[in-house]
Amino acid sequence: MIQFRNVNKSYGKKIILNNLTLDIKAGEFVILIGPSGCGKTTTLKTINRLIEPDSGEIYIDGKDITKVDPVKLRRTIGYVIQQIGLFPNMTVEQNIAIVPKLLNYKKEEIDEIVRHLLELVNMPYEENAKKYPSELSGGQQQRIGVLRALAASPPIVLMDEPFGALDPVTRDSLQEEIKKIQKKLGKTIVFVTHDMDEAIRLGDTIVFMNEGKVLQMASPEEMLQNPADPIIKSFLGKHINNENSNANLVASDFMRAKVLTVSKTKKTLECIELMSRRDVSSLIVVEEDDTYLGTVSVDKIKAQGKAGRQIAELITVEAMTVNRNSNAQQAFELLIASPTGYVIVLNDDNTVAGLITKTSMAKAMGEALWGEMTQ
Amino acid sequence: MTMTYSEFFTKHSNEILKAFLTHIELVLISVGIGVIIAVPLGIVLSRHKKAAKYVLMIAGVIQTIPGLVLLGAMLILMGIGKPPAIAALSLYAVLPILRNTYTGILEVDDHYIEAARGIGMSGKQMLFKVELPLSMPSIIGGLRLSTVYIISWATLAGMIGAGGLGDMIWTGLSTYETKYILAGAIPSAILALVANALIGFIQRGITPKGLRMGR
Repeated sequence: MIQFRNVNKSYGKKIILNNLTLDIKAGEFVILIGPSGCGKTTTLKTINRLIEPDSGEIYIDGKDITKVDPVKLRRTIGYVIQQIGLFPNMTVEQNIAIVPKLLNYKKEEIDEIVRHLLELVNMPYEENAKKYPSELSGGQQQRIGVLRALAASPPIVLMDEPFGALDPVTRDSLQEEIKKIQKKLGKTIVFVTHDMDEAIRLGDTIVFMNEGKVLQMASPEEMLQNPADPIIKSFLGKHINNENSNANLVASDFMRAKVLTVSKTKKTLECIELMSRRDVSSLIVVEEDDTYLGTVSVDKIKAQGKAGRQIAELITVEAMTVNRNSNAQQAFELLIASPTGYVIVLNDDNTVAGLITKTSMAKAMGEALWGEMTQ
Repeated sequence: MTMTYSEFFTKHSNEILKAFLTHIELVLISVGIGVIIAVPLGIVLSRHKKAAKYVLMIAGVIQTIPGLVLLGAMLILMGIGKPPAIAALSLYAVLPILRNTYTGILEVDDHYIEAARGIGMSGKQMLFKVELPLSMPSIIGGLRLSTVYIISWATLAGMIGAGGLGDMIWTGLSTYETKYILAGAIPSAILALVANALIGFIQRGITPKGLRMGR
């Protein structure tokens, strides 16, 4: 159990921790999150006395940490940083063994710890122990960084944005591993992040900080349901929004706005040329005032079209259409039923607004579920 | 006076060898003293950056005093022989090693220091397990520079009776005898090249293995 009692810290005039009082239960995965400068990293670093508060007390299991020698204190608390900080002059094995060595563990005991820990993250001893950090990928390096922190079985592990510099795939798998390890070994983990996804995924308890104070301390579920402050709400952003917004989605949210339309006066060969250049198999045909007429497919032009003739005579009207403001679910059902595999979205004045395809639908649903997609 | 070069070198081989060994002795002792002063001082300075500015400035000024002047001053203070020469050469040896030790330690990435502190290393453990190993390539680089300088400057020491290859050169200069000059100059040039290569080799060997691989 880690207790903060009225902890204050400022640099010059800037207040970093403002009378912070906080209890962290033993065995919990606790996330410190908040906007930059909110004091989350400072809070973390006061626990192992890398930063000394100006006033207030911090207790670990009832003991005032200022009464413990900082070097000894730190050997009983694991520490993982974003930049990993594996010592490049030491092998994987030597890096993991540092703290046990500082604590004068026996050699056989250290060997066993190293083997056991490497097994824990599926990095076989034989393949990895003698490697240098520079020979490992970023994800593997941070796995070793975590193992180094765990080596002397500290009951508490502090992690300062440990996965912030990793690619999303690696980050995902490390998050999963650390959560497993935490459960298995029953550690108290204090974890700083600015990523709400990560917080919700990992945390038993999320501590939301702002301006050196705790704004809300709650389980992820509770924080999602009752965010205590507008700032928290905006941090939760997409996680909250999607619940209300599903109902409001309309057809135009699902469509691709950039579509190819041709006037009905275009000639057959021009159209074939256009389709092959854009790599599509049909075109949307519009009147001269841009209102929707129908579609024309490459097969139909090839089968019935004559060179030099206008495409107006080849138009079919089998494609489904939907008004841009109609309900998204209706558009979805039309798309599933559509023989052409797409639904044409029309504006109120019957001009073409866009096209719903299976791809655009999947993308829009993905965004509604998981937030803005980057690609 | 009509001796060929080979006759000259055969006749004076003992003399040349003796001068050569004395030269090496002067260099080893001076650079050794330089290391003993510069490395600990560099470590101390890396902990006191304000003082470092002034100390490095003073060391820089000493470096700019012409070799002859410094040797002259030592001659006045300590008389003739090896001790004044070694004193002057040691002073010259200090700066490159000092500067490289100081910057080498300062250039160790902050996150290694934070990790070392965070996992519970004491100041001493941090120095010997992290800072010194990581700055070793830089320190050895300073040693290399000092050694090559001192090999060439040690030829001046012959002027104040310290012996070494400089003796041959000064004899040659004062008697217009090219052979003597070459007998001093060639071995000292070879010595400088060999020392440079040798320390370069040691530098690669001593660089922590993990640092040698492309990062």
